[in-house]
Amino acid sequence: MTDERASSGDPAPAPAASSGPADGLGTGTAQAHFHAHADAHGHAHDEIHPAPRFFLFRYVFSTNHKVIAVQFLFSGLIFMVLGGLLALAVRWQLAWPWKPMPILSRWLWSAPSFGFQMPPEVYNKLFTMHATIMIFFVIIPLLNGAFGNFLIPLMIGARDMAFPRLNMISYWFMWPAFVLISYSLFVEGGAAEAGWTSYPPLTDAKWSTPGSLNGQTYWLMAMLSAGLSSLMGSINYITTIVMLRAPGMRLFRMPMTVWALFITAMLQAFALPVLTSALIMQLLDRVAGTNFFQPAGATVANAPSIVGGGGPLLYQHLFWFYSHPAVYVMILPAMGMVSDIIATFSRKPLFGYKPMVIAIATIAGLGFIVWGHHMFMSGMNPMLGATFMLSTMMIALPSAIKVFNWLGTMWGGRLQYTSAMLNAIAFVSMFVIGGLSGIFMAATPVDIHIHDTYFIVGHIHYVLFGGSTFAIFAAIYYWFPKIFGRMMNEPLGKIHFFLTFIFFNATFFPMHIIGMHGFPRRIADSTIYHYLRGPGTQGMNVFMTISAFLLGAAQIILVLNFLYSLVLGRRASANPWHANTLEWTTTSPPPHYNFERIPTVYHPAYEYSVPGVDEDYLPQTMPRPAKAGPLDPIMA
Amino acid sequence: MRKWSILFAMAAISTVGCFVYSYFDPDWWLPNTARDMHRVVSTFGREIDNLFLIILFVTGGVFIITQVVLVAAMYRFPDRRDEQGRPVRKAVYSHGSQLLELIWTVIPAGILVFIALYQMGTWASIKYRGSAPRVPPLAEITARQFQWVMRYPGPDRKLNTADDLVVIDDLHFVKKQSVLIYLKSADVLHSFYLPQLRIKQDAVPGLTIPVWFDCDEAGEYELVCAELCGWGHYKMRGNVTVHETEKDLRRWIDEKLAEQGRSQLAMIPGSGSEGGDRDD
Repeated sequence: MTDERASSGDPAPAPAASSGPADGLGTGTAQAHFHAHADAHGHAHDEIHPAPRFFLFRYVFSTNHKVIAVQFLFSGLIFMVLGGLLALAVRWQLAWPWKPMPILSRWLWSAPSFGFQMPPEVYNKLFTMHATIMIFFVIIPLLNGAFGNFLIPLMIGARDMAFPRLNMISYWFMWPAFVLISYSLFVEGGAAEAGWTSYPPLTDAKWSTPGSLNGQTYWLMAMLSAGLSSLMGSINYITTIVMLRAPGMRLFRMPMTVWALFITAMLQAFALPVLTSALIMQLLDRVAGTNFFQPAGATVANAPSIVGGGGPLLYQHLFWFYSHPAVYVMILPAMGMVSDIIATFSRKPLFGYKPMVIAIATIAGLGFIVWGHHMFMSGMNPMLGATFMLSTMMIALPSAIKVFNWLGTMWGGRLQYTSAMLNAIAFVSMFVIGGLSGIFMAATPVDIHIHDTYFIVGHIHYVLFGGSTFAIFAAIYYWFPKIFGRMMNEPLGKIHFFLTFIFFNATFFPMHIIGMHGFPRRIADSTIYHYLRGPGTQGMNVFMTISAFLLGAAQIILVLNFLYSLVLGRRASANPWHANTLEWTTTSPPPHYNFERIPTVYHPAYEYSVPGVDEDYLPQTMPRPAKAGPLDPIMA
Repeated sequence: MRKWSILFAMAAISTVGCFVYSYFDPDWWLPNTARDMHRVVSTFGREIDNLFLIILFVTGGVFIITQVVLVAAMYRFPDRRDEQGRPVRKAVYSHGSQLLELIWTVIPAGILVFIALYQMGTWASIKYRGSAPRVPPLAEITARQFQWVMRYPGPDRKLNTADDLVVIDDLHFVKKQSVLIYLKSADVLHSFYLPQLRIKQDAVPGLTIPVWFDCDEAGEYELVCAELCGWGHYKMRGNVTVHETEKDLRRWIDEKLAEQGRSQLAMIPGSGSEGGDRDD
C-alpha cells in the first residue's frame, strides 16, 4: 500500500485506515480502487477520455459529467419557468373563476364564443402539466441529474462517472420527453388532463375527457422516456459511488450529499421498473385494446360498454409503488445537500453524521411499504389502510430525527448567513411544516375529511417547494462558484431569499386552512358549492393568487442574478466557503479531469473548528492533528 | 446578521396565528364547527374532529418547539467578528450526543405509535365492512360523468326493481338514523364527499362499496365529487337534504315517484341534466 501511494506521488503519511476493523465498511473497495487509480495515474491519465476539442462533443453530446450536469441544470431551470407560469394560470382561475386572463386567454385557450373564459378542461390541463413538469422535468432532474451528476464524482474524488457514455445517453433520453410533452399541447384534444397521477379509467377511455383523446398517449411516452433517463442515471450513480471512491474515502466518510444521492439512486433503480410497467400497461390499454385497468361493464360517454376484466385499483397500486418512493427521490438529495450546507456555514461538525445516514436509509426502506396511504379512500380494503397508517407514521420518525440533528448542528455553531445558508435553514423550517402536516393525512380517519382537499396541496408544496426547491436554491448559491467559476451576487441572493420566503408562505400556508374547510383540489370553479362561497374562502383564494404572482415575480431576481453572475460575477477561488469536501480542493471550475491528482481522504467531511487547527476547517485531504483525539465511532 | 432570525420567527408566529384565527372564521375552520366544536352534525364528524384536534395539538406543540429552537439558534449563534475580522468565539466541536439521539428517537416514536393506534377504532367503525349498520340500504348511488344517479327503493322497499325511484344529484334521508348506501361508478373514478358529515369514499367502476353515515340536524348539505373525473369534475355537485321525520322522506319519495310516473324521462339517467351548461 505504501508503494502504491509513493507511485501516485502522494507524500502524506498513511491515512487513518489503521484505526481498526470497526469502521472498515468499504475499505476494501477503496483499496481495490486505489490500484486502479494508481495505475491510471502512473501511466497516462489522459487516456481515460480526453477532453474533446470539437464544439459538438464538448458542449452538446458531451460525456463529461460536469457538462451533463449543466445541461440538466439549464433544461430543469427552463422547465421550472414554464411550470411556474402554468401554476400562475391555475391560481388565476381559482381566484377569479372564469374571468378572462388579459391577452393570454385570447391567444392560448379560448374563443369569442366562450367569452374568452378558460374552458374547464384547459384548467385540468394546466394543473396536470404543472405537476408533471415540476416533478419529472424540474425537481428530479435538478436534484439528481444536475447536482447528482456534478457532485458525485467531485465529492468522492473520481475523474468522471463510471459510465460516461451512459451518462450522456441518460441526458439525451430526457429530450424525447421534453419534445413529446411540449408537442402534446398541440394535438387534437390537447395535453393530458387526468392529473399527474393519471388514474384510469379516465386515462384509458379515449372519449372520457378531451385530454384523454391523444394527449394522454404522448404523456405516457414522455414519462417512459424520462423514466428510462432516470434509470440509466441511477445505475451510473450506484456504480460510480461503489467503485470510484478515492483512496481513504470509506462509505462512512462520504458527505451526506453523496449518501443521499446513493440511496436515492437505489430507490430509483428498484421502484422505476414498476412505474415503467404500469405506464406500458396503460399505453397498451390505450393503443392495443388490452384491458389491464378497465373493469367489465363500464361505459364512458355513452359508448358501448367495455369488455373489461381489469382493475382500476391495480394501476393505483403500481403507480404509487413507484411514486411514493419518488417523493423521497425528490427530498432525500435535498436533505443531503442541506446537511452539507448547514454544517459548512455553521462551522461545526454535522450533528450525528451516522444517525443521519441511517435515517436516510430508513426513510428509503420504509418508503417502499407506505404507498397505500395515497389510497385510503380508493376502495382498497380498509384493513390495509390500518397497516399503511402504522408504517406511514413510522416514516415520520427518521424525518424528525433529521430535523433534530440539523438543529443540533446549528446549535453552538458560528452561523454565517449567506444566501445558501438562509435557503438551507428555510428548508429545515419549511420541511417541519410539510412533515407535520403529513401526519394529518397519515391518520386514516382524519384523512377521510382532508383527502383530495387543498390540505394535501398545501402539504405537497411545503415538501416540494418549501423543501426541495429551497434546497435547490441553496445548492445553486452554494455550488455556483464551483460549477461556473464565478461568485453569485450575495445582496441580490438575500433579497431573492427574503421575498421568496415571505411569498412562499403567503401562497401555500393558507391552503391548509381552506383544505381543512373542505376545499377540494382540482376544482375549476369552487363557487358552485355553497360552503365554499363565503367571503373568507374566496378571499383567501384571491390572497393566495396575489402572493403566488409576487412569488413568481421574485424569481426574476434569481434569474437576473444567475445570468449576471454567469458573465460578470467575481472570479471564485478554489474554496470560497472554506468547506471540507473534495470538490473544493480543486480549481473553480474544475479541470476536465477534476483533480490534478486523485486526492487521499483522511476523515469524514465535517471536521470544522477542530481544536488545534488554525483554520476553522480541515479539508478531507488533510489528516486530523493527533491531539484532536480519535473520532467518536458512533456519531461521526 | 441575527436579524434573519426575526424573519423565521415571524413565519412561525403567523403560521400558528393563522390556525388559531381560523377557528373563529366559519369560512376557514372545519365546515360548520367554527367557534363551536360541538356543532358538528354527525357521529363520525365528532370522532374525526376530535382526532383532528389531537393531532393539531401534538403537531402544533412539536412545531412550536422546533421553531423556537431554530430561531433561538439563529439568534444566539451568528458569526460575529472583532475589529481585526477574527471570530469572537469558536464553534463548538461536537459530533453529536448518543443520549440526545436516543431521546429524540424514542419520544417521537412513542407519540407516533400512540397517534396511529388511537385512530384505529374510528377508522374501523367508519370503513370496516363489519361495522356497517344492519339496516336496509337507503339508496344505490351510481356516479357517472358528471352526476350522481340515485336509485331509491320504491313502494316494495326493494332495490333494483321496476318501481324504484331514480333521481339525479339529490340525496334525501332522515336525521338521527343510520344511513347505508351502495356506491358504484358507471364510467371513471369519482369520490363521494360529504364535507359537513366528514364522509369520503371513492366510487370505483366494477366495485360496489357500502358507505354509512348519519346526521343529527335536518337541513341542506352538499355532496362533492372529490376525485378528478374529467372536464366537468368541478360541477359534479349533489344536494343533500336531511329530513326531520321518516314521514317527510316518504312524502318526498312519493312526490318524486308521481313525477317519474308522469314522465319516464327520469328513468334515463343523464337526460337533460346538463342543461344550462355549455355542451362541449
